[in-house]
Amino acid sequence: MPRVVEATRARQEGPLKLALPRGALWGETLDALDRIGVDTAALRSDSRALVFETSGLTLVTLRPSDVPTYVEAGAADLGITGKDVLLEQRDRIVYEVLDLRYGACRMVLAGREGDTALDEDERRLGGMRIATKYPRITERHFEETGRRAEVIEVKGSVELAPLSGLADGIVDLVATGRTLAENGLEAREEIATSTARLIANRVSHKLRAEEVDDLVERLRPKGLK
Amino acid sequence: MIHPTPPGTRDILPEEMRELRALEAALRAAFDQHGYGEVATPTIEYADVLRRGDERYANAAYRFFDERGDLLAMRSDMTIPVARLVATRMQDDDPPFRLSYIAHAYRAVNPQRGQMREFTQAGVELIGAPAPEGTAEVIEVLSAALDAAGLNRAVVGLGDADLYSQLLAEFGVDGEARNRILDRLATHDLVGLELAVDEVQGLAAEARSTLLALPGMRGGPEVLDRATELGGEAVGRASQRLRATYDALSARGVANRVRLDLGLLRDLGYYTGAILEVYDPALGHILGGGGRYDSLLGRFGRELPAAGFSLYLERLHVAQTEEERQSSKEAS
Repeated sequence: MPRVVEATRARQEGPLKLALPRGALWGETLDALDRIGVDTAALRSDSRALVFETSGLTLVTLRPSDVPTYVEAGAADLGITGKDVLLEQRDRIVYEVLDLRYGACRMVLAGREGDTALDEDERRLGGMRIATKYPRITERHFEETGRRAEVIEVKGSVELAPLSGLADGIVDLVATGRTLAENGLEAREEIATSTARLIANRVSHKLRAEEVDDLVERLRPKGLK
Repeated sequence: MIHPTPPGTRDILPEEMRELRALEAALRAAFDQHGYGEVATPTIEYADVLRRGDERYANAAYRFFDERGDLLAMRSDMTIPVARLVATRMQDDDPPFRLSYIAHAYRAVNPQRGQMREFTQAGVELIGAPAPEGTAEVIEVLSAALDAAGLNRAVVGLGDADLYSQLLAEFGVDGEARNRILDRLATHDLVGLELAVDEVQGLAAEARSTLLALPGMRGGPEVLDRATELGGEAVGRASQRLRATYDALSARGVANRVRLDLGLLRDLGYYTGAILEVYDPALGHILGGGGRYDSLLGRFGRELPAAGFSLYLERLHVAQTEEERQSSKEAS
């Protein structure tokens, strides 16, 4: 049975606490833990628990975008999340220690298929109207390429924005491109590529160096130094 | 009626204030015992003064014009004001100078993350005492201050600010590539570091593995042996500097508090040689930092070696509270 443990600000005693992302990276994250001999049976059950003690680790499960928050504060010693999340939360002070190589996807600027509205906005209005869940990555991309965008932040299905006229384009994460195609959208520019990353708290990285390094080595994808 | 204060600022009520004052008194006593006299400087300085110390105004976020049109800045730390003070007000006195302060400083931060615009720094500056003894003395005072705050488990990370710039010069890496590598190190992005190193044209295999291995090297004095095995002049020199400091710390009986860390890099431009960070197991954030700044005083016209540290008072207080909570839990 998973046991719920008491939360503290940071714990230097006891097992390392690892924050795991529920969502798109969940399955492959559990597979990666299986490969290093961590028992994930309780996590794979349909338990509603958020905290699990297993194989010498405390595993906490959260939204991918919350992982850097917990790790930065030391509420988790380590965490797994997407590079897209780290790029969007660039000012979080955490160690990015390992590229886990799974969960590969691209951050793209997309517009309606065959539509010239994006170019026209740029030419006639001085900037594009872009809907996204990643406002900071979007603003940075436009700034770095010397352009301007009116960035509209949305929380839900971003593909809806160009279909309903909220925006002319979107910046979003694309794995296969199927969702884009099904909504009559096409990728125009690639902004970044993303994979799952292992991150570490700044203090844990120093005070629990051996345990952190050991876990990093075990999780390091095969075929890499 | 609710009348808010600006984000990142706050009022302090008597119960908290009593605890903060007790903590300040304990720190002040530790500074005093080691012969560090307290100084105060103005909250606002001429922006030019900060810029003389650090090209980026030491991250001072609040700058404004006064009634005469002069550009002023709210200080972002105490090191540059103290350097100015020593160069200006202590011209006729002989070094070394042992000075301490407990003072507000101001930075632009994200208040949602518990960072404050206005915060208190408690620290010392030792001006006129070179490495390694000067560095060791500062760490000894730091250790005493942490004990005085009741943070017996706190650890001091000790690294070298010149290591990577000298290493990259030795490997002939410059320009964009150099800046990219230093940026990845400063932002703790070890994945990005590997990419940045791999982008360097014609880098020898040993140079590559040295650059990737060093940031992970942290621990006891054996770290220096491992680093020296990597070879190279810059690594050898930094290891020697760190070993000399470590030996001086051992002689003072405070080496057990120190963890050597070849991955350490601080974000202010004035550091040279030794750099410090302070960690406590009860808190996920650093408690403070410091290091040597042997060229800073020279920028104010008085060439003197110097070192110092500053602790974030409010974070010390949080760590103190957490340590008390944890030890009372263990006791029960």
